[in-house]
Amino acid sequence: MKTIQLPIDEKTIKTLKAGEMALLSGKLITGRDQAHLRFAGAIKKGKKLPVNIKGQTIYYVGPTPAKAGEVIGSCGPTTSRRMDAFSPLLIKKGLTTMIGKGGRSKETIAAIKKHKGIYFMTLGGAGAYLSKRVISAKVIAYPELGPEAVFELEVRDFPVITAIDSKGKNIF
Amino acid sequence: MITSKQISSAVSGLCIDANLKLRPDVVKALKDSLRKETSLKSRNLLSILLENCAIAKSEKIPLCQDTGMTVVFAEVGQDARIQGDLTTAINKGVATGYKEGFLRKSIVADPLLRKNTGTNTPAMIYYDIVPGKKLKLTVLPKGFGSENKSKLYMLNPTAGYDAVVNSILKAIKEAGPDACPPYVVGVGIGGDAAKACYLAKKALTKPVTFLSDKAHFRKLAKELLAKGNKLNIGPLGAGGKTTLLGVNILSMATHIAGLPVAVNISCHSLRSAHKNLQSS
Repeated sequence: MKTIQLPIDEKTIKTLKAGEMALLSGKLITGRDQAHLRFAGAIKKGKKLPVNIKGQTIYYVGPTPAKAGEVIGSCGPTTSRRMDAFSPLLIKKGLTTMIGKGGRSKETIAAIKKHKGIYFMTLGGAGAYLSKRVISAKVIAYPELGPEAVFELEVRDFPVITAIDSKGKNIF
Repeated sequence: MITSKQISSAVSGLCIDANLKLRPDVVKALKDSLRKETSLKSRNLLSILLENCAIAKSEKIPLCQDTGMTVVFAEVGQDARIQGDLTTAINKGVATGYKEGFLRKSIVADPLLRKNTGTNTPAMIYYDIVPGKKLKLTVLPKGFGSENKSKLYMLNPTAGYDAVVNSILKAIKEAGPDACPPYVVGVGIGGDAAKACYLAKKALTKPVTFLSDKAHFRKLAKELLAKGNKLNIGPLGAGGKTTLLGVNILSMATHIAGLPVAVNISCHSLRSAHKNLQSS
């Protein structure tokens, strides 16, 4: 299985084919519904985002609270399709890599193909298992959103399947 | 007398238990599907789901980060004596359970204003008055990825058996890879629109091998299982023979003008726990 360092460079993105499994290591950011809504709002108003999304990896997750001495709680993916209203815009602005679960809209697939991005699925409903692959976590934006805040996570050997590759090929 | 404290303490424990320990019938269904699955990738994914259950239980980490909207079915014996306000006691139990169990608080107070209540309350409570002195509490933490795939079909009364099968299959296809398959499908047939939805959700509290309590609906459930498992959605959408772990149908009387069919889909992490409290 391929092991990949985050952020993924353009060359590596092009080598990954739909259906291929990989293990990711390095830093990524999290964001789900409300963070996406805010990112898109800021872009439309020409305002600076609180995080850099260029070349970035975003993971659709809202973890459970970490117990004392633990890095993070349960942290599996949420349904990606709800981000489809915002993803094409974020991809256009430089976001390259998305991690979630389930299928994507035609518009998101087209944006991935056009801008040579990639969409990975990970293990929906395996939040306890995935928590063992996260080695650090801190809130970096929108702390008032609680579980929906934007975190920076560092992951090690985080398992994913290439669900939509840079050619727009889709496993679903 | 059943005290508020007993009720809150029971609910709090049930919230934690349900979110950490996958129901034995669901674990068995996952193991059975692993034996039958032939796709290597899907077998690998099913094994990881079982490993996830083991980690959740031993390390007390919630099975899934979506620890759900807390659905509570309260069967209240009409001769039970309950001290204090039952709804308040249940919600207090939910708040305590979600805090002490490090469960995610996923409830917003208003669907448009969207401010998190910070306690995972209010719970969605369904009361049933039943004979006897017991209070039976069933907690079903329902993840919303699968809840979003709920469907209500108000079919014509003459639509018949095949239309019911096709409607339910349509709902499963529309959920597709999005809501963490393999699914357990709760189905409510009959009643009015609201009762059908209620039955569909309540069906998820039955064991995954339940099918139905009526012979003709057991046949329907078996047919749906066979057809659903041929959709090639597979574990997490990766394809294979394992799309459904179970189909449970509850039914009741309906109107001459209608045939309501409600579908409430659960992800593979179907969580619930129950407890009986006795009036002393």
